[in-house]
Formats: sequence, structure tokens, C-alpha cells
Amino acid sequence: MTVASPPSFDTGLQPQGWLKYFSFSLDHKVIGIQYLVCGFLFYFIGGALAGVIRTELISPMSDFVSRDTYNEVLTLHGTIMIFLWIVPVVNGGFGNYLIPFYVGARDMAFPRLNAVAFWLIPPAGILLISSYFIAGAASQSGWTAYPPLSLTTPAAGQVVWILSVLLLGGSSIFGGINFIATVLKLRRPGLKLMQLPMYCWAMLGTSVLVVLATPVLAGTLILLSFDIIAHTGFFNPSQGGNVVVYQHLFWFYSHPAVYIMVLPAFGLVSEILPIHARKPLFGYTTMVYSIMAIVVLGLVVWAHHMFTSGTPPWMRLFFTIATSFIAVPTGIKFFNWLATLWGGKIALNSAVLFSCAFIFNFVFGGITGVALAQVPFDIHVHDTYFVVGHFHYIVYGGTVFVIFASLYHWYPKFTGRMLNEDLGRLHFVLTFIGFNLCFAPQHWLGLNGMPRRVAEYDPAFTTLNQVSSVGALLMAISTVPLLINVVLTAYRGKIAGDNPWNALTPEWLTTSPPPVENWIGEAPLVTEPYAYGQEPGNLDVSRLRGRDLWTGKQ
Amino acid sequence: MEIPAALVTLVLGVVLTLVGLWVGHNVKMLPIDASSNAPVYDALFEVLFTIGTILFIGITGLILYSLVRFRRRAGDTTDGEAIEGNLPLEIVWTAIPAIVVLFVGIYSYDIYERMGGMVPLHDHMAMHQSLESNPVVSAMADSSSTSERIWGGIGQMGAADGALPVEVTAMQFAFIFHYPGPGITSGELHVPMGQTVTLRMEAKDVIHAFWVPQFRLKQDVIPGQPTMLSFTPTRAGTYPIVCAELCGPYHGGMRSNVIVHEPDAFDSWLKTNTPATVASAPGFPTA
Repeated sequence: MTVASPPSFDTGLQPQGWLKYFSFSLDHKVIGIQYLVCGFLFYFIGGALAGVIRTELISPMSDFVSRDTYNEVLTLHGTIMIFLWIVPVVNGGFGNYLIPFYVGARDMAFPRLNAVAFWLIPPAGILLISSYFIAGAASQSGWTAYPPLSLTTPAAGQVVWILSVLLLGGSSIFGGINFIATVLKLRRPGLKLMQLPMYCWAMLGTSVLVVLATPVLAGTLILLSFDIIAHTGFFNPSQGGNVVVYQHLFWFYSHPAVYIMVLPAFGLVSEILPIHARKPLFGYTTMVYSIMAIVVLGLVVWAHHMFTSGTPPWMRLFFTIATSFIAVPTGIKFFNWLATLWGGKIALNSAVLFSCAFIFNFVFGGITGVALAQVPFDIHVHDTYFVVGHFHYIVYGGTVFVIFASLYHWYPKFTGRMLNEDLGRLHFVLTFIGFNLCFAPQHWLGLNGMPRRVAEYDPAFTTLNQVSSVGALLMAISTVPLLINVVLTAYRGKIAGDNPWNALTPEWLTTSPPPVENWIGEAPLVTEPYAYGQEPGNLDVSRLRGRDLWTGKQ
Repeated sequence: MEIPAALVTLVLGVVLTLVGLWVGHNVKMLPIDASSNAPVYDALFEVLFTIGTILFIGITGLILYSLVRFRRRAGDTTDGEAIEGNLPLEIVWTAIPAIVVLFVGIYSYDIYERMGGMVPLHDHMAMHQSLESNPVVSAMADSSSTSERIWGGIGQMGAADGALPVEVTAMQFAFIFHYPGPGITSGELHVPMGQTVTLRMEAKDVIHAFWVPQFRLKQDVIPGQPTMLSFTPTRAGTYPIVCAELCGPYHGGMRSNVIVHEPDAFDSWLKTNTPATVASAPGFPTA
């Protein structure tokens, strides 16, 4: 079956060359690159806002920006990084580029919906950022927008924030529907579900979460906007509303949102590691089931964000246990990656270094996460810098490191040229040191009494905050080699060839960059995407014992 | 002679466990403990810290070892071994985390119960019965009508007997403490050492949170929904009260102090301040 491709693909009506990246292109690869570049632009804006926060926190006094501005900055930083950088890039960016290849299709199931989903993002982002200049004040109530604070801060900025998040949520839902349809319905004949590359499973799970959870956020924010504009009383306690209900509805989306941000990253790492370790992905079946388990559990853990709100004891207990148990399927995935590396022939290139640093960071963030799931532990550190440290280890140390790894891995496919490895390793070292320097001390700060979202703090915490700010500066500097690398190699880089990594997944079985509709001739049927490894005879798998694996004796 | 792999693994495991136990016991990450539930909390922290250290060092060690031992040598273009999985191994690393997580969950439930988290706070029948014995406390309980539902928080077993009730009002950007018995209103919380204190908290405008790091306790203060928190201070001194929920531009400045007095000093503080006027927070309406 070939995908019904719109006639405009073949005609000259679509702009060609670089202009196509500014057009309403229906090509999934163009849309994927659009997501990526757009996401990186917002990443730099969100990063600059993080720079403002870390500069303010160099001294314990509120002396760099005004207090109102500081709250606007932290709100915009959170909103941009989540809704305009991580979610669009790991879902829309890599998802659009890779999923049609992986299922053996020539495009996504709904190319026009796909283009609409992307083109909702730039206006939403510009709207959000311009609220600071046009509406007079951007939202100041944090990315969580808890009422009644969000009802009392300047209304225009808050309403623009809601509009913007609604647009981005819509984009996300369109994308999710498209991924589900593509994975389930556009598979090349002969390709079974359990033969799909792991990233397809990750995107399927993620998209189910997107489709189930995002509408709840949309509904909640619409009610919130009614409270602001029409003075209804859904969440306004002075009119009999209930503020804790908002928190339940908000976190019903926003906890799954964490998995919307990390599950695709899990999928991408599962693609990268086997290729560079020259081994099959260890435990394919359990990896698939653990994704499904994370999806199911991820929907029933939201109230762990509310252990200090008004929640009854039984609810605290239930959400503690449910949250802790997410560690089990997540742990399975990490052990499987370690086993994939074990006994391989690992190329120590930038893609692998970033992937392994992802495992390091995410394990750390996962351990603090299991601790945070315990109500008594959480009651002390909730809403402190411990939590700030924890979730940056998950979303930055986890997902953003994977985005970088993926960039080094797939850039040759995107452009036909290799990224420079020396600059790549420099980027890795600066990012890794800067990241850990920035966020590791924040755990101690939180344990010892520094709440989050403050512009001023106890002077006893000055030194560690300065260390953290130095780390942030290193992270800012680390983007320089990345930018130089990406721009220079696009013109002067070593020619990559079609398959520089000698990989087996379908995106490498075409030219670099691939043609419109992905393959000249029929799509290849790849039923064993991870069939790396030496031929049998060298080794009898049935005789292998677990201990031999760990010791590498074979 | 080659050392058997099983022995190496065992020795490494034992060393790792000992390192974890040592780190968990000796690396102090928490501020001084000043309430009766803080040592309980610290015990939980030690367990979590120990398990976390073992896991983290172990996995980091595995990554580093793999990257060095199994790195691709120059000129080597062969593949690794085609091992696609190992069911017993998968079962092991599903079962071990499941058991650890279950153990941690049960243990922290126990800790939570000892901290008083499972006391049914909004069960007013139970509350009233125990409150009747104390005139001060029941006065407070009467002022909050029985139809009112108190949401969440940490109670304490037997907290009602001789507990000192304090009404806490949070507003942008201050905490106000009202002692319903003697009728004192203060901007700082004064409490006697060794006596259980029960805070009944309500916010006037937006959500705030009452946090004393040295007590290891935090509770959101929510408009429209009173919340409850009780604790027993165990160490005299002055500790910060921090607002931990974003509440507006001066959120970072919304701080106060809790002063834990020796019982005698608390009595004299009560005597000095009982005549209605309050030196530390003039002009505030009584809550």
C-alpha cells in the first residue's frame, strides 16, 4: 500500500529549496525539521529566561529585575521549555521525521492536519512572548497557574497565556491523533506491530497519553479563563469555588505531560544505543510492555503533586504507592539499556556520550523521584529547590540530553553531512559539567529550606546558589559549540553517505537527505530493526547464563 | 588464576552496600531537627538515601565500566554479540525494584502514620470527643462550626490532650498567629518546647504554604478550606517559617519565625503579651 499522497507533492506549486521550510509543506520530513528548528529557537529564548533567573539568584536580595518581572520570567521559562521546546521537539520533531520511515509509509496519515499542528506553534509562541510587551504584563502565576493567584494577577497576561497554551495543546492533540493513526494504520504490509522500532511504541504510548490527558487541561484552562473574564466561580473561593479541584484537573494532564516529555526520549535512546553498541536492543518485548505500564500508571499518579494541599489521607497513600511503582517499568528500561551496552562494541561518539549521560542523569532524577513519591518525605521538600533539582534532572538531564544525542545521531540523515565530533564532545563536556553543577546543589538547598519560585532567599544559601549560577553559565556557553557545529557542518561537513552508522532501521535505507516520499521505489520491509551482532556459531545464546552477561566473560 | 566472576560480583555488591550504608548514615544533608517527627523523618531519609546511593553508584559504575571495557577499538568494525534478551535476568530486575519499592512504600506508610498523617482530621465526631476534655481546645473547636470540613494536614496521636491551639491566617505577604485562649495576636509563632501545638490555618487571598524546615513539616494554607497541622517542638531556638507556595511578587519575602521557648520562658511570654496589645505585629486585625 502506498500512502495517498496529495497531488501538491508532485507539482511545482510547493516552494522548493530553503523556502519550503517556511511553507505549509505537507512533507513529514519538512514538518519534522520545522518543529526542530522552531523548538531550538524557543529553547534559546527559554534559556535566556533561565539566565535571568540564575542571575537574580546570584545574590540573596531581589536586585536584578523587579519582583513582578521575576514571576513573569519564571512563568514564561516553564511554559516555553515545556510547551514550545520539549514537547514539540521530541514528539513533533523527531516523531514526524522518523515515524513514517519506521512504519514504512511515505508520509503521516493526515499530512494536512500535521502541517496545521506545526503552524499552530509559532503564533502561539509569539503570542505568549508578546504578552509581556503588548498586554502590559505576562502571566505571573507560574506555569501551573494555580487559582486564586492566577485570578488576581494582571488578567490580560493570564488570558493570553491560557490562549497560547490552548493553541499548543490543540497542536499536541492533532499530532497525537496523527501518530496513533500512522503507527496503527499505515504500516507497510507484512510489518507486524512487534517488529516496529521501539520509538514507534514510545510514540504510540505518548500519543495515547496526549489524547487522553490534554483535553482535560484544555477544559480546565477554559474554566479558569471564565473565572477571569466572566467572573464565574469555578475555582474562586470567594464565590464558593474550589481551588483544590483546579489542582486535580491541572495535574491530571500535567503529570502525564512528564511522560509525554520522557517516553519519546526513551524511544530515541532505544534507537541510538543498539546502533552504536553494535548489539540488538536487549529485551524488546519487556521494553514494549514497560512503555504500556508507564502509560497506564502515568494516568493515576497525579495527586502526588498535591500532598501538601487538601488531600485526604487515603489519597496520599494511594498516590504514593502508584507513583513508586512507576519505578518498576522505568527500571526495566534502564537495565535493558545497560544490558544493550554490555558486551557491545561501543563507539564513544557524541550521540553515545549524550545517551549515557542521559542514563546517569535520569537514574539520579528517578531516585529522587521515588523519594518524592513518599508522602512523609514530600511534605518536607514539596515546592522547594529539591523539586526544582529533581525535575530538571528528569526533563533536562533526561529529555534534553536525548535531544542532543538524537541531533548528533540523525543530523547526517537530515542534511547528508556529519556533525564535527570534536565540537560535539566539547558540547557534551560543557553541557554535562554545567548541568550537574547547576542542578545538583539545588537538592541540598531544598532540603535545607529554600523554597522554589523566590527572587530572594536566606543569605546562608548564597554560595551554593552562585555555584548553581556558574553551572547555568556553562550550560549557556555549551550552546556555542553546538551552534557553530550545526551551522558550519551544514555547508562544510564531511559527506555522510546514506548510512554512516551502518544501521538497519528504515530511515537509513534511503538517501541522505531522503527524497520526498522517502524511498525511490518500494519501501523496504524491515522486520528485525535491531539485528546487529555477530552471526551465531560464535556464541550459543541458549547456553548463556545471566552471570556471564554481567561479567562479559563470553 | 582467574578469580570466579560470581566472587567478584559478590564482593563488589558487598562493598557497594557498605558504601551506601556509610554514606546514608554519615553524610548529613538535613537541617537540625526541632520537632518530635523530625527524627522519624530523618530515619526515613537515611533509608532512602542509602538505597539511592547504592543504586546510583552501582548504575554509574556499570555505565563507566561498559564504556571503557566495551569501547570500540580503532579498526574494529565487527559487531558485539547478538544477545536479544534473557528472561531470567529480566525477571530479576523486575522483581528487585518491585520489592525495594514495596518495602520503601510500606516503610514510609509506617513513618507517615507515626507522624500523624493518617489521623482522620475531618472526622469531627472523633475530634470533638477528644477535644471536650480541654476547655481551650474545645473553645477553638466550637468557633469552627461542626459543619465545616477541615482538609488534610498532619495531625498527631493524642494531640488533643493539652495541645496548644493557634489560629494561623496567611495573607499576601505575612502570617498572623492568633492564640484564642489568651487572645494574643502575633506576627511570629511562639511555642513552648515539648508541648503539642495544633495550627488551624486559613488563607485570606491566595494559596500559601506554612513550612518550617527544622520541623520537616509543610501544609498549604488554602483560601476557603481550613487546613490543620500539629507538631511537638523538641528543641528551643528560633527557626524560619517559610511560605512555600508562589503567592505573588513578594513570595520570597514572606517569611516569619517560630520561636521555641523553654516552658517557663513561654509562660512569661504569655504573661507579657496577654493584655491584647501586641508589640510584634501592631495594626493587624485579630483573625
